[in-house]
Amino acid sequence: MSAGRWSAGVIPYAEMGYWRPDYVPRDSDVLAAFRITPQPGVPPEEAGAAVAGESSTATWTVVWTDRLTSYENYQAKCYRVEPVPGQDGQFIAYIAYDLDLFEEGSIANLTSSIIGNVFGFKALRALRLEDMRIPAHYVKTFQGPAHGIVMEREYLGKFGRPLLGATVKPKLGLSARNYGRVVYEALRGGLDFTKDDENINSQPFMRWRDRFLYCMEGVQRAQAASGEIKGHYLNVTAATMEDMYERAEFAKELGSVIVMIDLTVGYTAIQSMAKWARRNGVLLHLHRAGHSTYTRQKSHGVSFRVIAKWMRLAGVDHIHAGTVVGKLEGDPNTVAGFYDTLRLDRIPADPVKGLYFDQEWASLPGTMPVASGGIHAGQMHQLLHYLDEDVILQFGGGTIGHPMGIAAGAAANRVALEAMIKARNEGRDFLAEGPDILRSAAKHSRELDVALSTWGDVTFSYESTDTPDVVETPVFSPTP
Amino acid sequence: MRITQGTFSFLPELTDDEIAKQAAYALDRGWPCSVEFTDDPHPRNSYWEMWGLPMFDLTDPAGVLYEVKECRKAYPDHYIRLNAYDARYGRQTTALQFIVQRPRREPGFRLDREETSDRRVRYTLHAYALDRPEGERYGDAP
Repeated sequence: MSAGRWSAGVIPYAEMGYWRPDYVPRDSDVLAAFRITPQPGVPPEEAGAAVAGESSTATWTVVWTDRLTSYENYQAKCYRVEPVPGQDGQFIAYIAYDLDLFEEGSIANLTSSIIGNVFGFKALRALRLEDMRIPAHYVKTFQGPAHGIVMEREYLGKFGRPLLGATVKPKLGLSARNYGRVVYEALRGGLDFTKDDENINSQPFMRWRDRFLYCMEGVQRAQAASGEIKGHYLNVTAATMEDMYERAEFAKELGSVIVMIDLTVGYTAIQSMAKWARRNGVLLHLHRAGHSTYTRQKSHGVSFRVIAKWMRLAGVDHIHAGTVVGKLEGDPNTVAGFYDTLRLDRIPADPVKGLYFDQEWASLPGTMPVASGGIHAGQMHQLLHYLDEDVILQFGGGTIGHPMGIAAGAAANRVALEAMIKARNEGRDFLAEGPDILRSAAKHSRELDVALSTWGDVTFSYESTDTPDVVETPVFSPTP
Repeated sequence: MRITQGTFSFLPELTDDEIAKQAAYALDRGWPCSVEFTDDPHPRNSYWEMWGLPMFDLTDPAGVLYEVKECRKAYPDHYIRLNAYDARYGRQTTALQFIVQRPRREPGFRLDREETSDRRVRYTLHAYALDRPEGERYGDAP
């Protein structure tokens, strides 16, 4: 490096050592893939170097104090920049960070480093964190999911099929006693879980303690009626950590198998609750409230696949991850990438699924993905096809809106699910024959018959906004 | 009541032919099958009695069905379930589990409530069948 590197003033980031096309990432490096849209006239290599610089050691001007450090270690290195196919002016910048840049086991520190300082950078019109490779060296410093998929199934005694859930509706306004009624009916009808919505915390119409008491009465009654373990995700989200711990302790004392928190509580609170959940043998459900404000747009923000990785490290047992077929955003390949990220131990890079790096989880337990939002029994074959078996299918409206009542809605979903699993295991082409399989199951179940005639042809066919750029974007088609 | 543990409890009882198809699915994936029985259907009863060891080296679903039938003969009024086990690294747990026989009558559970302070209630799930000793709970010969 020339002596000019240290002259006072402003020099390009690329010339300060943040653009290193010769650099070969080490196995222990944290890697990031950023989608960058440089301002006109800014070369992509300089833009990538700027992101590397500002997410590690750099500031806008040369500082002599760098020379007091082994700065080459601490500088992030942009080692590759590639144009995005079909997107003019956009590039993927690959950046490597030395492991020393991060505090062990801290999502707050990891995210403050990687996304803390760069997203408002003037030299870029837009910036999106597409993916990260978390090296096993760093993975091993995190607790990970309090229980994980395998332990959850053993704890609940439920194997070989997706689990079923429903969010209590209306989401606001029910008194605690009426609310518990919905829990009881849905669980005794055949669901495994019911759920508080993200914004059910402790409002004037229903305080948290009252809700917990009535919901747990519903859960216990449903267990007696079915001989199965049931649960209600008691949302312990609150204004302070002390409040959250108080609510979680009460839920545990009442015998709840699970509590829930919202993404809005923040990364540190999530990690605290994950430790609490493991210590106390209670499952931890995470509702990704608010994520679409930064995950949905393709050119700016943070991809949900990154949030999924952070949340698996942070230690949640459940996280909402898309339905493909429901009412919320979700391109099939992109959602497959999220599900792989949450469930598998070793995930190969796959541009079709939007996965930029190999990811090795080093036996960190898996997080159970949750599919929720505008899904119903008539889509069971598609849900099983796209989402497979380790998933919680949540039918809120599709349970509570059943014309014969909530328990009937729950039974319809359970019959549809079990019929589809049976057909799949028997080797049938369940995606193609799905509607037939459901119709013949409905001969034994009036509840399913009525559900199919109420919602059988409801679909949400809109083009996705968040899609991988490597291939023609496949649009979900409701008819196989 | 009808206990709805296991994967297919919301469907009509599986025929022997259908049970064999599920066993074939498991064996095709390299999941050994095992048969278990109990007269204690509490959902927290993890350890049903083992009808022999898991059938690790068996590859013919007919053999699985044979063991189900033998277990039924020995325990005609117990719950019997069929398990398939996935020993793959990262799973090492049950992959499929469903009931293949029930007692003729399932009396179900009583919910015992102990009222404590501050409106809290402690609940205990009490299986009516467990009021009688093991082996005599569902009308079997002791």
